[in-house]
Amino acid sequence: MSEVLDNKEVAKIYIDARGPRFGATITTIVLAIALVTQNKWVIVAQGLVFLIGAVKGPQFTPYGLIFKNVIKPRLSGVAPTEDVRPPKFAQAVGFVFALVAGIAAFAGADLVFTIAVGAALAAAILNAAFNYCLGCEIYLLLVRFTSK
Amino acid sequence: MKTYLPLAIVIALSTAYGFWWKANQGAIRTKKAVPGHRLNAQILGEALGARATMVQFSSAFCTPCRATHSLLSQMVASMSDVKHIQVDAESHLELVRELDIRSTPTTLFINSQGIEVGRAAGTPKRDQVLAALANIA
Repeated sequence: MSEVLDNKEVAKIYIDARGPRFGATITTIVLAIALVTQNKWVIVAQGLVFLIGAVKGPQFTPYGLIFKNVIKPRLSGVAPTEDVRPPKFAQAVGFVFALVAGIAAFAGADLVFTIAVGAALAAAILNAAFNYCLGCEIYLLLVRFTSK
Repeated sequence: MKTYLPLAIVIALSTAYGFWWKANQGAIRTKKAVPGHRLNAQILGEALGARATMVQFSSAFCTPCRATHSLLSQMVASMSDVKHIQVDAESHLELVRELDIRSTPTTLFINSQGIEVGRAAGTPKRDQVLAALANIA
């Protein structure tokens, strides 16, 4: 029954699970700055980071590279690994919020900007502080609502 | 124009939700069960356990599904009358809707008749699983 889940060709990329969590911490700080300053360029930059994370994988974002080159060499113990698809999905959700916020900022819709950045920030806080799994909670609901 | 109010609201709401979510992860609930539905070998593709079966709904975008799978499959290895079956939620949407599965991993505890007696969203703890299985006669 679980051919899709166990298929090695589908689930072949595993990354250090601490990387995306470190990335979520940086993302939390960046989004908090965007929310307080209402600066659209901060959300544009974060949106590009989300886009790289969603398309190529979170290990290729600037935060992922900082983790790999600066943080990881200082960590000890066995690295826990995870399938790259769940954090990639979370990055895609982040990108959608950043895109909405970016468009709102350039259109002058301040309230929409605040709500979209706030939603992305909430997801980043949950990920960083509680190891929340966005893909676990919303992916199935999305599929349930969007397909017959 | 600097404003700290939205930041304060987001931090307060997400932290409160985070603690609630964390506290409920893996808890096995009998009240959330969908007891009318009957699961069988034809629906699941595998025979049920003689006494109990844990049916784990998983998806690709789910890190704790792996941990749940290894915990449950390791536990049933030493139980002759309990089985663990993993179901890919995305390719069984009709079943997912009938059983109202909302997140992954969701594990249903079903008895020998294929009737659900409890369910856990998130990775349950070993003791919780043992207690739930002990309640299935």
